Amino acid sequence: MGPVIQVSAVRKTYGSTVAVDEVSFEVNDGEIFGLIGPNGAGKTTTMECIEGLRTPDRGTISVLGLDPFKDVYKLQQRIGVQLQQAQLQKRIKVWEAVDLWASLYQKTAIDGERLLEQLGLVDKRNAWFMTLSGGQKQRLFIALALINDPDVVFLDELTTGLDPQARRAIWDLVRGIRERGKTVFLTTHLMEEAERLCDRVAIIEHGRIIDIDKPANLVNRHCPERTVVLATDDLTAGDRFRTIPRVEAVLCSDSEFTIRGRGDDLVTEVIHCLSENQIRVTDFRTILPNLEDVFLKLTGHSIRD
Amino acid sequence: MLRGLWKLTWIEIKIFLREPLGAIGSIVIPVVVFLVAGRMVSHGVAPTSLAASNFVSVGLPVLASVLISVGAVLSLVTIISIYREGGILKRLRATPLRPQTILTAHVIVKLLLTAATLLLMVLAGKRYYPVGIHVPLLGFTLALLISTCSILSIGFLIASIVPTARFAQPIGAVIMYPMIAVSGLFAPVESLPPTLQAVAKVVPLTYTVSLLEGIWKGDTWWAHKGDVAALALVFIVCTALSAKVFRWE
Repeated sequence: MGPVIQVSAVRKTYGSTVAVDEVSFEVNDGEIFGLIGPNGAGKTTTMECIEGLRTPDRGTISVLGLDPFKDVYKLQQRIGVQLQQAQLQKRIKVWEAVDLWASLYQKTAIDGERLLEQLGLVDKRNAWFMTLSGGQKQRLFIALALINDPDVVFLDELTTGLDPQARRAIWDLVRGIRERGKTVFLTTHLMEEAERLCDRVAIIEHGRIIDIDKPANLVNRHCPERTVVLATDDLTAGDRFRTIPRVEAVLCSDSEFTIRGRGDDLVTEVIHCLSENQIRVTDFRTILPNLEDVFLKLTGHSIRD
Repeated sequence: MLRGLWKLTWIEIKIFLREPLGAIGSIVIPVVVFLVAGRMVSHGVAPTSLAASNFVSVGLPVLASVLISVGAVLSLVTIISIYREGGILKRLRATPLRPQTILTAHVIVKLLLTAATLLLMVLAGKRYYPVGIHVPLLGFTLALLISTCSILSIGFLIASIVPTARFAQPIGAVIMYPMIAVSGLFAPVESLPPTLQAVAKVVPLTYTVSLLEGIWKGDTWWAHKGDVAALALVFIVCTALSAKVFRWE
């Protein structure tokens, strides 16, 4: 399948601040694509340019073959949008919001009541927006983003401010959207979220895209370091570990060994060495780098700074 | 898009009525104030005084109408700025709803509110103090509609430029209420000092008051074509300006 979203050399400035600079990427049909980076990196600006809410200074964008600027009303019929930190009227009822949204689209393939049921909002259908919890509000916004059975769904910082339990529930919902054959474009500054949810991610910082790939590929490419930590009483073990070609360092404190090396094969080779030399271990674990480490490596600082 | 407009307008009416002071604050209180003021002036203060009786028969209804309409505008300014600050405007704009549909819905709500308050006032006023003169209600309603549209457009201009919701009400009031002072409601424009007369000439409310008073007294529309033209001009200029400077977020 071809790309659903094509972004090419997009630049957007606010006054003298460059929010997005020479950003290019493609989003494929049916994937969950994540734009990840710290707050202020240009994630929301990029997303809102694609949604047609902002006009880029330069560059071209195509979504479902449409120009978000010229064909914004045509495009809005076919996409679903959840905005960062959006609110609804304080005293609008859940069902009223769903009913209003449903009336705005030509396509009425989705049954609002069923949607509320799927998102666990049925018993809240008569509740005012202001009385909903953070998780319930986000689920309502997902419902509104899905009401027109869109081809592409945009989710901006979907789980920010939610507790871990609500976050997991939302992740399941997003996976459900992909299973229905939709394309999902999301932004997040939570690396765990990107790693668990996204098929591919683009890392953005200071308005520029640093790298794009599957999370696992990014980790392999930028952070090949692997660490094995094990416990053994065998005092000769340290020397044996040092003979493994991929091993770069072996640290020992009491009976705990920390073995550092490069490449996915390191773990296998350590296990091989253990069994060959019949070393008895009482503990064995691996420390693998994740997207968080990739980000640190690429930008020189943690995403939370 | 008409379906969206109707739905949104209906929802906004319901939301307005759910506000703790929504209906009471903007419909009941003006009517009560109107009645109390009317009774005080007509029974308490020199009933034979020409000025007083003139005030009751013409000034008071016009004052009340202007206050309702200015009140509606101030509440429009506040609502728009609250919606902008909360991201509600932006959320609505990210749907196929056209921007003008969103704003039209709010204007319709305010116009309906103005009409409802006015109707109540007329009903209450008839009962408590028969004015004794024939009032062209239909014409007066039309004049008030024209005036309100014109004042609403000023409101939109204010709503376009107020920085935050907290400032919306005070800034709106600071702009609107002095306009009332020089509009000729309390003293005829001709009796004001020359400087204030000049100010009155450029204040849209002056034309509103002149039109409303005239129509209430039974003047022909032709006699007030200048007022209508001035109000139309205000409407066009303010709408065009706010279309340029309106901020959605």
